[in-house]
Amino acid sequence: MTSLPQPSAKKLGLVIDLDTCVGCQACATSCKEWNTQGYSAPLTDNNPYDADPSGVWLNRVHGYEVKEQGREQSRIVHFPRSCLHCEEPACVTVCPTGASYKRAEDGIVLVNPETCIGCKLCSWACPYGAREYDDSHGVMKKCTLCVDRIYNDHLEPEDRVPACVKACPTGARHFGDLGDPASPVSLLVKEREGYDLLPEMGYKPVNKYLPPRARRDAATTKPIELPKGDGTAFDRLFTWADQVLSRKIIGTRGDDTDYSGKLEG
Amino acid sequence: MHPAYSVILFTTASGAGYGLLALLGLAGASHGPASSAAFALAASFIALALVTIGLLSSMLHLGRPERAWRAFSQWRSSWLSREGVASVVTYAPALAFAAIWSGVIDAPQLIGPLGIIAAIMCVVTVYCTAKIYSTLPTIRAWAQPLTAPVYLAFSLVTGASLMTAIAAVFNRFQSFQVIVAVAALMLLAVLKFFYWRAIDSAEKTRTIEAATGLGRIGSVTQWELPHTATNFIQKEMGYAVARKHSAALRSFVFLLLALALLAMLASLAAPLIAVLAAVFALAAAVVERWLFFAEAQHVVTLYYGEKRA
Repeated sequence: MTSLPQPSAKKLGLVIDLDTCVGCQACATSCKEWNTQGYSAPLTDNNPYDADPSGVWLNRVHGYEVKEQGREQSRIVHFPRSCLHCEEPACVTVCPTGASYKRAEDGIVLVNPETCIGCKLCSWACPYGAREYDDSHGVMKKCTLCVDRIYNDHLEPEDRVPACVKACPTGARHFGDLGDPASPVSLLVKEREGYDLLPEMGYKPVNKYLPPRARRDAATTKPIELPKGDGTAFDRLFTWADQVLSRKIIGTRGDDTDYSGKLEG
Repeated sequence: MHPAYSVILFTTASGAGYGLLALLGLAGASHGPASSAAFALAASFIALALVTIGLLSSMLHLGRPERAWRAFSQWRSSWLSREGVASVVTYAPALAFAAIWSGVIDAPQLIGPLGIIAAIMCVVTVYCTAKIYSTLPTIRAWAQPLTAPVYLAFSLVTGASLMTAIAAVFNRFQSFQVIVAVAALMLLAVLKFFYWRAIDSAEKTRTIEAATGLGRIGSVTQWELPHTATNFIQKEMGYAVARKHSAALRSFVFLLLALALLAMLASLAAPLIAVLAAVFALAAAVVERWLFFAEAQHVVTLYYGEKRA
């Protein structure tokens, strides 16, 4: 049934730390690896080594350049984007077949690949680009929050987390119950002022993003100024050396090395 | 949004079919049995054929057409499901009306009720089609109050033009058919004018800063895409070719509507010109529907570098 269930007390989701994410793509590749053999199997990979590769990825890492006011240099923020397991998922309510559903017990949004007709309307209804069409199977695929890992008794307890969380080398991805205000992820969100994407659209995403921390001044590039001389013999030596080294040598050829990085031909 | 030809064919063909069917139902309800069985059967056949072609085309749009029957199940929440149910339910009164109105089955007392029920179901079905689009908050150009009225008006215009054309071919041409078609054409032009004015003046309130939440630090631009080749999201939602030509194509739609109107008026002198009017009206519907998709910007494009949506 694509009508939404009563809101669950348990709201499983991810908390993604944009401060520590380094954009290494480990979450994306581990997601692809796990899900091409699990619930969403297989995840299409058309022409992977060809000129026009295409395929389904449930997690994609964007890069944004952010220009901070009053600072000369902008900063790069790596931004992993996947299903946010919204509390008001329009992707579910628009589904004509009931293939899309939100689990009453933990809030995970799933697609049943056996009943999906591949009309793609759910992808139109999602503002976050979380759903991708698998053209080899004619159905929609999306993040399952690794539902086939997190409850999997065959795995060691420490492995019962989504593959992306397990793979992240910087600990930028956290998994837990965001419906419980005392859970570690909820406390983290509170402490770091985690936020929703496009909250004004009313989808109430469960996943939260932690903003990059304020940049320290040392990390910005102000030209380093020479300290003022104090007139000692040592200081005069350096001043003399600076003058000698600063003198232009007449007849030296200009540096014509190409630093552009372009390959020839 | 990517303008899939199957969806354009579906919405224009079924829209014209339901418009024609509704008008035939109303004509039957007010005038009683058809004066010519051939005209009644031909008109009903064309209406139902257009509807059926449209529905089959929408099925071709599916990844798994063999599972299409499942789409009738979620009418409680999904406008697409409601549309599927309404379109199938409409066949019953429509087929019964066509059989009785044309005189194949002799039950003239049922023409009125069946004609009105069929007409209402046609309106309901087209309304459901429009609601699939107008209830998506992710696409500003669709989530407009005029989206559904424009869909209904296009259905009426193409249906009325077809009715006049078929009547002319079967020597059943009457001036009131022209009056209906001309009034519908003028109503449609006004609605579409205000629709385009509305989407042009609608403020693009969603930004790349809000989409990423990084506005709290500064202004945001795309630095690197997550992939080296175009993905599904970009192909389906990032289609932007038409925005370049939208002004010219909008003028072309109005030109086609004006030509349909002139041809319709000319049919008062020579009824067969109504066929030309129907061709112009259908062409206007196709171009307008292509623009409806191609012009619409999806909010997900913000993650792919668009500044506002």
